[in-house]
Amino acid sequence: MKASVYVISALAAGAFTVSAVAGEVTAPSQVMVNDEFAVEKSLTGTPGDVAAGRDWFANRKLGNCLACHQNADQASEPFHGEVGPTLDGAGDRWEPAQLRAIISNPKKIFGDQTIMPAFYSDRTGTRTAKKFAGTTILTAQQVEDIIAYVSTLKE
Amino acid sequence: MKKILTAGAVILMATLAMPAHAELDTDKLKGVKPTAENHPLEKIISGYEFRNKETQMLQDDDFDNPAYIWVDAGEELWSTADGAAGKSCADCHGDATTSMKGVKASYPKWNEAKGKPMTLQQQVNDCRTERMQADEWGWESDEMLGMAAYVASQSRGMPVAVKTDGQMTPWFEKGKDIYYTRVGQLDMSCANCHEDNYGKNIRADMLSQGQINGFPTYRLKWQKLGSVHRRFKGCMKNIRAKPFDVGSDEFVALELYVAWRGQNLPVESPAVRQ
Repeated sequence: MKASVYVISALAAGAFTVSAVAGEVTAPSQVMVNDEFAVEKSLTGTPGDVAAGRDWFANRKLGNCLACHQNADQASEPFHGEVGPTLDGAGDRWEPAQLRAIISNPKKIFGDQTIMPAFYSDRTGTRTAKKFAGTTILTAQQVEDIIAYVSTLKE
Repeated sequence: MKKILTAGAVILMATLAMPAHAELDTDKLKGVKPTAENHPLEKIISGYEFRNKETQMLQDDDFDNPAYIWVDAGEELWSTADGAAGKSCADCHGDATTSMKGVKASYPKWNEAKGKPMTLQQQVNDCRTERMQADEWGWESDEMLGMAAYVASQSRGMPVAVKTDGQMTPWFEKGKDIYYTRVGQLDMSCANCHEDNYGKNIRADMLSQGQINGFPTYRLKWQKLGSVHRRFKGCMKNIRAKPFDVGSDEFVALELYVAWRGQNLPVESPAVRQ
């Protein structure tokens, strides 16, 4: 319901360009990275929810982005990791379409050697535990939510 | 009341004083220089160096080290007869403080009769079934942990010196292959964390080099002594992979390879870790 409202309002504003039609979720195998190392098309057509994205960012069972990245906006959460770069100001450095490409499968952007997991990919390591086989770490909408949240991290 | 306030103030001050970026300067940590030419590390650093002072102090004093509950039990088992043959370890091996000196430092070790390398635990069970005609101990049983820790503690301070050539070569290569293979939904290898990122925090955990010179180790998280294979399983579960079984050929090979990565580190068994 909420999604269709967005689409209608986008159409009404004449701004409906790259967003997918609501309800059409891009399958992990169909996420296409363009020449500019970006994924322009929303994975769901539903705009990301900033507040939800903020939760997924810290949630140890979902994004768990804090495991590796520091983020001053979540200073109240203890123990920020140091394995990846700080995400303070990430919203200034990356376009949403670039964040979509990185979060979905960073190996296509940074190369195979990156430690960063692919959060929305059909290709993972061998011996994946049964419980997680055939699943993605995040849902398409959770990726969109995190993109929306990280885009707000400005310096 | 005042005490509580003071404690609160200390915690607050400690929090404020904590640098935003707490990455360890690994150059300043004690370590040993690898002797093998093709060794992947510039300096081999024990997990001890990555832990805080409180945890280190628990290991430094045998009276405080909670692992000694198991070690003491292991010492008693050493001279306790078991099985149909009516023998104890001591009946063949005598005084462990002399006969077991240096043993742990050389394990996993090639076993000619079995045609494969064996870990210390497997050797203990081999003695139990073959010579004592006793039942095997479970891999993670208190008896096995106690015996392994008691025997290992006889090598404390001696440099890790596993053999990796000759018949051990394919096992070494297999272990190396496992070490560098990315597995699980998170798609990570041992090397991603323990070679490329040691000294950095991953959430609340400070990544170490994953050295195993202190096993069996008392882990505060486990509230118990545990084997290195149990630790391997924990890592694999964390990256959402299906772990190999304790005592499997894969884990024996991995234990051999990781022991080699810690070649010349002093044996610390039983160590204490977070």
